[in-house]
Amino acid sequence: MSATGIGAPVRRKEDYRFITGKGQYTDDLTRPGQTYITFVRSPHAHARIRRIDASAAKGMPGVVAVLTGADLAADKVGSLICGWAITSKDGSPMKMAPHPAIANTKANHVGDPVAVVVAETQAQAKDAAEKVVVDYEVLPAVVDPAKAQAKSAPQIHEVAPGNTIYEWHLGDQKAVEAAFKGAKHVTRLDIVNNRLVPNAMEPRAAIAEYDAGNDSLTLWNTTQNPHVARLVISAFVGIAPEHKLRVIAPDVGGGFGSKIFIYPEEVVCLWAARKVNRPVKWVSERTEAFVADAHGRDHVTHAEMAFDGEGKILALRAKTIANLGAYMSTFSSSVPTYLYATLLSGQYEIPQIYCEVDAVYTNTVPVDAYRGAGRPEATFVVERLVEVGAREMQIDPADLRRRNFVKKFPHQTPVIMAYDAGDYNASLKKAMELADVKGFAKRKRESARAGKLRGLGYSTYIEACGIAPSQAVGSLGAGVGLWESAEVRVNPTGSVEVLTGCHQHGQGHETTFAQVVSDRLGIPIENVSVVHGDTDKVQFGMGTYGSRSGAVGISAIVKALDKVEAKAKKVASHLLEAAEADIVFENGQFKVAGTDKVAAFGDVALNAYIAHKFSGQELEPGLKEGSFYDPTNFTFPAGCHICEVEVDTETGQVEVVAWTAVDDFGKVINPMIVEGQVHGGIAQGVGQALLENTTYDTDGQLVTGSYMDYTMPRADNLPSFRVETTETLAPSNPLGIKGCGEAGAIASPAAVINAITDALGTEEIAMPATPAAVWAALQKVNQSRKAAE
Amino acid sequence: MAMQMNGEVQLPAQREEVWARLNDTETLKACIPGCETLDKLSDTEFAAVATVKIGPVKARWRAKVMLSDLDPPNGYRISGEGEGGVAGFAKGGATVALAEKDGGTLMSYNVDAHIGGKLAQLGQRLVNGAAKKMADEFFANFAKAVSPPPPA
Repeated sequence: MSATGIGAPVRRKEDYRFITGKGQYTDDLTRPGQTYITFVRSPHAHARIRRIDASAAKGMPGVVAVLTGADLAADKVGSLICGWAITSKDGSPMKMAPHPAIANTKANHVGDPVAVVVAETQAQAKDAAEKVVVDYEVLPAVVDPAKAQAKSAPQIHEVAPGNTIYEWHLGDQKAVEAAFKGAKHVTRLDIVNNRLVPNAMEPRAAIAEYDAGNDSLTLWNTTQNPHVARLVISAFVGIAPEHKLRVIAPDVGGGFGSKIFIYPEEVVCLWAARKVNRPVKWVSERTEAFVADAHGRDHVTHAEMAFDGEGKILALRAKTIANLGAYMSTFSSSVPTYLYATLLSGQYEIPQIYCEVDAVYTNTVPVDAYRGAGRPEATFVVERLVEVGAREMQIDPADLRRRNFVKKFPHQTPVIMAYDAGDYNASLKKAMELADVKGFAKRKRESARAGKLRGLGYSTYIEACGIAPSQAVGSLGAGVGLWESAEVRVNPTGSVEVLTGCHQHGQGHETTFAQVVSDRLGIPIENVSVVHGDTDKVQFGMGTYGSRSGAVGISAIVKALDKVEAKAKKVASHLLEAAEADIVFENGQFKVAGTDKVAAFGDVALNAYIAHKFSGQELEPGLKEGSFYDPTNFTFPAGCHICEVEVDTETGQVEVVAWTAVDDFGKVINPMIVEGQVHGGIAQGVGQALLENTTYDTDGQLVTGSYMDYTMPRADNLPSFRVETTETLAPSNPLGIKGCGEAGAIASPAAVINAITDALGTEEIAMPATPAAVWAALQKVNQSRKAAE
Repeated sequence: MAMQMNGEVQLPAQREEVWARLNDTETLKACIPGCETLDKLSDTEFAAVATVKIGPVKARWRAKVMLSDLDPPNGYRISGEGEGGVAGFAKGGATVALAEKDGGTLMSYNVDAHIGGKLAQLGQRLVNGAAKKMADEFFANFAKAVSPPPPA
């Protein structure tokens, strides 16, 4: 391993500009003649818009335009879409309601845009927005997914009777029922997977600029996938043809999924920029982000697991109601279906699985993919069932897991996925050693002496990354292919630009992608730059989400590097006057096998461009190769997280006192970056388990709409993590990469709740396990103990 | 989100006098905290503009105020709904009952209020206290208004 090659903990190249304040985020950009836009948003969860009086606002200083949903409709701007078609069990298509970028006749959630003001300054736009008078007819609202399908619930969209988007299922219901009949033990759980607000550090932003001379538009946008944004905005919303729209995603400060989606705001900026013929800028405020960015999770589930007399799992069944909010966001339909039910087999050999999912509209902010997207929900269901089952059957939870682990690969689950490689016992064993599970009983006694309850919880999770084989996802309803592209441009001086369709917004691609190139071509990492996030530079790409950039994005780069090497060998054969078959490439040098004739990589690059040594008829000059890599399978990162907590019985305060994570991510390019990804994921999962809860009141008002009420995890909520890896290579891609971006957030909520319930001796605790909730659960336990005595 | 509160105040004035002042535009305008204008549209309807600050949210509210369930001189219901622009909305009312007591009038009130939008998002922890403070202020102002002026 070289100091900058694959496997080296190279410091992140991009951090210099970030930590010295030299990053270029969307808000750092100012275009000549720029105007500012402010969104007037509905304060009501559900209300008919009777009339909008913009006359006073139009007369305010600096106002350029006041635009409404009626103007948008008059200009025939198309609806926003959800790009993954799900079919109900009765064969009917999902009920996708229109989603205008500005509500025209009815507002469907608090925060739904109803008008915009464009003005010379941000302050003027905000002042004028105060003067827009909207006459609302307030309608009853529904926010609870479990109540959305009731006959008495208010109807949100005409196309979706009973607010039901789809009633989907997966698996063999009859076989599952038969398996349950033969069970010795059945574990049953009711689970609420709490709604989360993503909270990326950089709020969303957009600048749109119209070039009247070329009739083209440019959008600078905080997006995780600029090409997908351009495709949707041109092909569905119809703002401009694809070749007349450039989307640039400059530095982006975190996404966690929330910046995948194509939102109303960027569409409105583009439309308004052409209308006023001036650049239009929007930067979300934090309070605005709470009601304008897609939320995550929000499942209500009943789940059951059937065991035989030996603790072997016979079957699993689950019924989930998924809240998709007021509109179907870009990929929302896929999250509670193909990203959720397909992972319900966990790391276990489960012969039969059946899952039903009803997706519903409510008068809340739309819900879509958020770090893990469906897989944290699945892991929570499976890992809670296994843990509770073990306790009920009085089997050690680690032992029960071991008895049921998948041990032979490939393994076809009953829910589509074919696991190709893994060693689940290896990560469990290593994690148990690192966490000193043997010493837990002693630590528990010590805690008890201090008046505290100590608990230990496992989460042996699996996830599907490497999203995704295009044919496979196409057959499941995806509207796009999920391959990735790369282009490797070798300059005449031997430096290299790598163009990728992935987009980095915190992942460190500029370092890891460069490591792969440096390793392969034997050139210094400083001589490699990674270009991404601009539809005029990179031809096409699918962006970054679903922990796909390593497994899919790097694989595309490797394929392009293969082609570069092949072409360079041809150039080298002319330069070294040898047969092409005799040229070997080692340590950055082209050699003629069995001789001492060598040419450095840089010499070959130069000769490829000056083209003096070969005829243009025989060989094209230049050294630039591209690749579209389509994976042949998902990848399956998996591992074991062990959480240890101490509960203060007087206050209900939970302290996470130890955390051990042993993950199998396949080949690791940069262990330091991977560890950072694990840290962040665990912090988010602990946030979900202990702190974060998005609360709507029954009127549909978001009452946890700021950091005064929505609790984000902080350093003092977390211990120092022990993070290690095990390695089985993913057989489906050239380097064997599996992906690491979401694992922490997927594994951790179940580990925390398993630890807390272990400490308390009751399974009745919901996320977030706030001190109040834990204290109440403790009182209940104490009362039933007293009653028993 | 919804909130409720109630209270009572002993006023040193006759019930008929209190009732008349409860229906008097100028008295109401002087007593509603932050009230800038209160225009009578009919015997039971008013248009009001008031500036109110709750926690971090300060807004100028345009509100419709209505009197209903008139039962002179026993009481009425005063209700209003206002839009504070981007700050959100507030609507609510108070049922006011007047009873003769100790030579004066005992006024009791039940207030209910709903708020929404940014006000609910940001100010919900503070809004209960703020609403109580406003109601207290209103009824204190009103008590002062109906009290006989101190002897010169």
